[in-house]
Amino acid sequence: MASETVPTGTAPRDVRPLQGEARIIKAEPYYEPLGGEIALFEAAHASRLPVLLKGPTGCGKTRFIEHMAWRLQRPLVTVSCHDDLTAADLVGRYLITNNETLWVDGPLARAVRAGAICYLDEIVEARRDTTVVIHPLADDRRMLPMEKRGELLQAPPEFLLAMSYNPGYQSVLKDLKQSTRQRFVAIEFQYPETALEEAIIRKESGAGASTAAALVRLARMTRNLKDNGLDEGASTRLLVHAAKLIARGVPAAAACHSAIAEALTDDPEMLRAIDEFTASAF
Amino acid sequence: MAAPLTARELRGKLDYLLGPVLSSRRSSAPLAEAMSKLDRPAQDFMLHWIEVIDRSNYEMAFQFAAAAPAALGSFDAATAEAWIIHAMDVYDRDGLHLGAQALRQFEAFDRQARETHAATFAEHARVLELFARGLAGRRLRLDTAEDAGTDTETLYLPPRIALFPDKADNFAVYRILVALLWAQGRYGTWQADLAAACADYADPARAGRLLARLEGMRLEARLAGIYPGIARAMNRLRGHAHDPRCAGLAAANATVADSIRLLGRLYDAAEPPEPPWRFSLHAGAGAVRAARLQRERSEFAAALAELIRQQPPPPEAAAADDGRFSIEAGAPSGDEGRGFELRLDGQPLAPPPPLARLIESIMQDLGEIPDDYFAAADAAGHAQRDDAAASGEESAEPGQDPGVHYYDEWDCRRRHYRKDWCALRETDVLPADNGFVEAVLCRYRPQIVRLRRSFELLRGEDRLLKRQTGGDDIDFDALVEGHADLKAGMELPERLLTRRLRNERNLAALFMVDMSGSTKGWINDAEREALVMLCEALEVLGDRYAIYGFSGLTRKRCETYRIKRFDEAYDETVRRRIAGITPKDYTRMGAAIRHLSAMLNRVDARTRLLITLSDGKPDDYSDHYRGEYGIEDTRQALVEAQRSGIHPFCITIDHEARDYLPQLYGPVNWTLVDNVERLPLKVADIYRRLTT
Repeated sequence: MASETVPTGTAPRDVRPLQGEARIIKAEPYYEPLGGEIALFEAAHASRLPVLLKGPTGCGKTRFIEHMAWRLQRPLVTVSCHDDLTAADLVGRYLITNNETLWVDGPLARAVRAGAICYLDEIVEARRDTTVVIHPLADDRRMLPMEKRGELLQAPPEFLLAMSYNPGYQSVLKDLKQSTRQRFVAIEFQYPETALEEAIIRKESGAGASTAAALVRLARMTRNLKDNGLDEGASTRLLVHAAKLIARGVPAAAACHSAIAEALTDDPEMLRAIDEFTASAF
Repeated sequence: MAAPLTARELRGKLDYLLGPVLSSRRSSAPLAEAMSKLDRPAQDFMLHWIEVIDRSNYEMAFQFAAAAPAALGSFDAATAEAWIIHAMDVYDRDGLHLGAQALRQFEAFDRQARETHAATFAEHARVLELFARGLAGRRLRLDTAEDAGTDTETLYLPPRIALFPDKADNFAVYRILVALLWAQGRYGTWQADLAAACADYADPARAGRLLARLEGMRLEARLAGIYPGIARAMNRLRGHAHDPRCAGLAAANATVADSIRLLGRLYDAAEPPEPPWRFSLHAGAGAVRAARLQRERSEFAAALAELIRQQPPPPEAAAADDGRFSIEAGAPSGDEGRGFELRLDGQPLAPPPPLARLIESIMQDLGEIPDDYFAAADAAGHAQRDDAAASGEESAEPGQDPGVHYYDEWDCRRRHYRKDWCALRETDVLPADNGFVEAVLCRYRPQIVRLRRSFELLRGEDRLLKRQTGGDDIDFDALVEGHADLKAGMELPERLLTRRLRNERNLAALFMVDMSGSTKGWINDAEREALVMLCEALEVLGDRYAIYGFSGLTRKRCETYRIKRFDEAYDETVRRRIAGITPKDYTRMGAAIRHLSAMLNRVDARTRLLITLSDGKPDDYSDHYRGEYGIEDTRQALVEAQRSGIHPFCITIDHEARDYLPQLYGPVNWTLVDNVERLPLKVADIYRRLTT
């Protein structure tokens, strides 16, 4: 089923809104720009163009979209795609109550009605036929046909469709159709460069400068192993995790082993190699 | 216990076993004499191994017989076996001379076996290799040599380190060595001509050693700046204080020139103390580095030229002589990995990953991309633009390694693998234009129609599941019934929805086809026909599949032939390759199975099938592959494939059911096709049954 992620730390603790489209992020989500992506996104939003965020996992795509939702003061509806996600999960379906059928909008339809930002996370995970329902929404028609209801939703100007995609998987099955990807303005994300990544880690975890520097060095070494035993190097997110553990007093070796090495691989020799990286960097 | 054999009895056996290497001047008498003093189990143990080693080499067997009586006195059985296997590995790898030496030096082997605190290269090779790769970001090979050193592409490390009583410390020395050897390339040791720097001294060899130590100190300081963990390990294990005379080398801006200057001052003075991580400066490094620079320079030019070809033509202003490319080294943030930004006509351009790696590699060697690199690239770009049409095909990446893969082979007599024993290459089948496929399609038309129909039934069809608790749509049948229930006073049932179930066939099949000489004639024809029918059927099904042929002549020339890769469509080229399958040499099956199962394992699929199509026994020219050895190796390769999650299935074409088949295919599924004419239909049929 489609799920809605609620960014923690931005909503009051006692209220847990279920309807993402009714909520506008109040506090600024922390985000360090890598280049001109903020201006680009704002321009795309003003021009009513959909946006594709490309980049490896954990490099800040989701955080960026939260930041942009706050900046544009639009509600954010996030759908984490998975391989059983159907068109009905996005658009909506009939349910049955005691004496009648009841139409329930899916997250995409709700986002269109509310003029929200709809963010389809890891779109390639969804079934291929699912991506087709977003086509009329992603070109200049900006419409969402709801066949079962015989209704055609016209997206308001504030609505923006965004999706994320990790080109690193390199599997034939997990590739985005040309007809889909050619509708989007693509923004590429990379791991931030050294100084910026250190700053992000310090800000997110409260760790010290030397810890952050060592973590970034460690991450560089693991990124050198991409496609040579590792599918991905350590992401900024993993570094933040490790830094948080270290800031709470967990020894660096143990923190990096749990938060980084074990998160990246199960291969015993690769685990040892990453532990050796940690032993060298700290 | 049986009585020991007498010297006379033993002599008879040894004369028989070692005959080819005995002569009038070399008799078996002393061997028999020494052996007769052993007890019977030890004698039997020796005779057994002499017989086994005989099959590899008679001289090795003789050396074994000579060394064993003394060795068995000090070894237990397990150590003795490890010693023999070790010596045979050395023989396989380095030849008779070193192999025999390994047999003679059994005391050294025994001593090493007792040194349990030692760290050996063999046990840590992969971790060290990953470590080196992580540091360098480009591939560095690792190998063993008595003197640690590097030619800037291969790091040579000692085969074992036993300097400290703690195993972890000995491993730490390995780690420090890897870092120091990598640092030689990274921090510019080779930017000076070191041989010339040492040549003027009375003893250039001593000067070289001293310079290596000074460079070591300089690089230690550089490493310490970035890798505090390595610095801590070095301080703990160094065992002596820093030499104050060399303090200048620890400065962050010290270069190899400082080391060379210091060498002049220290040459006649007392040598600074030697750390446990001793390395020498490799004589060949300059040449290797120069060759790499040359190669990477031309690769760089080619890659940039390729980039230019993909870009729109330059705006008029920029088309002047001024180079179109420039590179901006990123702000030197921290000490390692300075970033860079490639610009074309002033616009930033994301380099494709291979080019990014190339730039990284060149920057490691030179610290920058010199301007003349771009000049060459621009020139190449212009040239290419001038005859763009002609160069379209030729701009393939230069310097592509032909790609030799090495695979272990199972030696059933030693009960051990022979390391990297088979060299395997992958080549394409030469497409043939002989109308073979069209003829098959014509001849088998009715059968193919039937085949396609039966495969259509297998296609992953969607099914509508009714009466589900969750789903996309309403199941009105259930709803009407439920409503009746409701009116009758019962509860409305929960299962009122329909759900579409997608039945996805997520499998990948790899067919390996025997292309040995013995298939010549009927069998080859039948195989090719079978492949045509199979492809026709599989195209209906939409399963992912690949077809490879295999053959070989001795362990050094195993070959697999690409007929259809997984990502290739069944098109005209593939059809012509199928037509072009011709019988080649022998059937060294083990290496091919290992190679293709490794390939199959890289395919992302829930079920992986490896289907072999062969005639009769695995066989190879000489080196004993024929018979038991080949059968056991093939069997072992199939077991390995099975363990890695592949489902192997073997189809054998043979007129009579041979008794070795159950042994050969014991652990995996197999079938025998005795009528060659029926093979074409049979293979597709087998596949259908396997996948339903």
